[in-house]
Amino acid sequence: MKKKIGVYICHCGGNIADYVDVERVREAIKDEEGVALAKTTMFACADSNQKEMVEDIKSQGLNGVVVASCSPKLHLLTFRAVTERAGLNKYNYVHANIREQVSWAHSDNKAGATEKAIRIVRSAIAKANCAGSLEPIEVKSTKAVAVIGAGVAGMRAAIELAEAGAEVFLIEREFFVGGRVAQWDNLCVSDETGKDLVTRLYDRVMSHKHVTLFTGAEVVENSGSVGNFNLKVKVTPRYIRLQCKKGELQKAIDVCPVEVPDEFNFNITTRKAIYHNYPSEYPQLPAIDMKNCTRCGECEKVCSNIDFSQKTEYLNLKVGSILLATGFDPYEPKKGEFGYGEIDNVVTLPQFKRIVHYSGDKLTYKGKTIKHIAYIYCVGSRQVDGENKYCSRYCCTSNIYTAIGVKKKFRDVYNYHFNRGIRTYGKQEVLYDESSRLGDIYLQSFEHEPPLVEQKDGKTVVSINDILTTDKKLEVEADLVVLVTGMVPRQDNSIGNLLKIPKGRDKFFNEIHMKLRPVETVIDGITIAGASQGPKNIKESINSALAAATKSFSLVDAGKLALEPTIVKVDEALCEWCGKCDEACPYSAFDKKEVDGKIVARVNETICKGCGMCLPVCPVNALNLVGSTDKEIENMIDALLPTV
Amino acid sequence: MADGKVNDSPKILVFSTEKISDPAIDMAGLLKLHYPPTVYTIAVPCSSAIKPVWILHALERGFDGVFIAADGTDCPYGESCTTKTGQLVSQTQEQMKAKGIDPARLKMAAICSVCSEPFVKHVKSFTEYLKKLSN
Repeated sequence: MKKKIGVYICHCGGNIADYVDVERVREAIKDEEGVALAKTTMFACADSNQKEMVEDIKSQGLNGVVVASCSPKLHLLTFRAVTERAGLNKYNYVHANIREQVSWAHSDNKAGATEKAIRIVRSAIAKANCAGSLEPIEVKSTKAVAVIGAGVAGMRAAIELAEAGAEVFLIEREFFVGGRVAQWDNLCVSDETGKDLVTRLYDRVMSHKHVTLFTGAEVVENSGSVGNFNLKVKVTPRYIRLQCKKGELQKAIDVCPVEVPDEFNFNITTRKAIYHNYPSEYPQLPAIDMKNCTRCGECEKVCSNIDFSQKTEYLNLKVGSILLATGFDPYEPKKGEFGYGEIDNVVTLPQFKRIVHYSGDKLTYKGKTIKHIAYIYCVGSRQVDGENKYCSRYCCTSNIYTAIGVKKKFRDVYNYHFNRGIRTYGKQEVLYDESSRLGDIYLQSFEHEPPLVEQKDGKTVVSINDILTTDKKLEVEADLVVLVTGMVPRQDNSIGNLLKIPKGRDKFFNEIHMKLRPVETVIDGITIAGASQGPKNIKESINSALAAATKSFSLVDAGKLALEPTIVKVDEALCEWCGKCDEACPYSAFDKKEVDGKIVARVNETICKGCGMCLPVCPVNALNLVGSTDKEIENMIDALLPTV
Repeated sequence: MADGKVNDSPKILVFSTEKISDPAIDMAGLLKLHYPPTVYTIAVPCSSAIKPVWILHALERGFDGVFIAADGTDCPYGESCTTKTGQLVSQTQEQMKAKGIDPARLKMAAICSVCSEPFVKHVKSFTEYLKKLSN
């Protein structure tokens, strides 16, 4: 069909017309091949012009449209919608950027700007001449969502999804729910405990008939794509039968001879191979950790509900969307970092919180009473030399809150805060005020001159060049040094690797757009929530969990999805299947198929993201990206050059 | 049509990327950071999607230089982008040598979504370099 293209060149008030001779551009392109109509307009995006465009398309039977105006980031979608309103497929629309990349960039050279604008519009017309109608790829969607990680973010998201009407599979790798929040005691500013929050969420999760919780469960295989993911989940048994007698279980724990460091308490205590993290933990059934169990059989003698015949199970789940809420790890200081691992009264903030939890009337550590506490901030965050350039957001607040609690609970405790600038942002600022009133001492240094932790005559001394007292060297003899450690991504990224989730510069899961699309990933159908995406406090985690739940729900609710048709196509006549495209594709969108006795590549339309990474590697040039085909790109290039 | 003086300046084709480097080039305009108007941009989804045939086509049809404003480590499609873009550049440069085209007429640099100043510096110095090359 012969192309009939309408071209609209925008003045943008004076933003374009002050530097580009808009009328000359119109004159220069009005006789280009395919152009049926060429107009200038004061504001292309104005309602009146949009209406005029709709009328032009209808009355003149236009089958291609070009608007030369601002950046496509602002108005590509606006004008695509205009063509759709006029009954024309939106992929017949081409946008030309003559503001950001012409009139503004070359406001110092009007002749040059006009010349460039002409060529850019000509190039857009060349593309419009190749463009055709495209239909979105429609796929069915399963109304179920897998939520991975049953911490506070995962549980909150699961409740929201179930209430909206989706079937939810909540998959937790540990035997107990609650994640990192279960390890906290009192939380600022309400003084509720982490356990309270976990209990409340767990009760709601369990009472909802549309949520199925799996503990000891890990996703081991993934296939399919948005709308239809197939997950294989490995469920490790607890080796203890349900409805067991409570007293017997405690006896079983008591007789277990194995003792291993208790990760729940950040290794400051030990636990048995048969264990629960704390007495009222959920689910309220202990588990046997087979990595450490010696199968001595002592527990079986005292408890009739131990059952070593339980087998690992594999489940196949079909879901339309996946929500990742896999959380973070606390930063583990390197050996010797501020004396950690070398001086025995140097601990991390998470360890300190457990020490406070287990202390009775007196604050003690390793049998010694603690009076003077030195806190060193930004350990593992805002690193000058290390990789963690980011601020972990929660640590200043958490630490000051803990220090206030310690000061109120135990008498004669003195807090010294060795910081690099306190960031108790927002409402949390009242804590800083309260701590200052209680007499806590704040000492501050620049990042290049951190405090020094040394042992002198059997005592631990922290020294600093304090910039708040004009660089005086100050020393504190500390009974305990607390390293205020930040958040790092989970060390075990097996789920991220399995689902091919891109990581950002900080190594946390990466969103599509930091501000505008903060819970979506480039893998269609997979959303991210909580601290798996970056450091967050509990409130911020819940916010993102609710956002991700809404986004995931929107993908499964209608039962079908429309996907972008701008994907890679294979020229089956040229393809000789060498597998190079398959190797280059980061999403495994390629497989093989047989056509007339020949093996060729096949693109899975629902997996292909249209990134084009496969294009340059094909030795026979059999691949083309819809919307950026060889013909389109080469015609655009030719149109940018002086007419020959 | 009066092309005027601008035709004396080397013509550079920039391949930018829709999500990362094109926003940086837009912002260069917003900040009125001027660069020669003989620099033209075509946006693609990802810098590792640029075919050598496109680059050769541009150079053979009259562009003096091609500049790839690469995603670098910020590529939303994954970490392998940097290596893959590097590979296609060296592959193209080999083909350029075979055809007797100076491989220095193809240049690449990572341009992040706020790297407007580095972009302008790169295309200015590339323009100067290409001017010397043609003299």
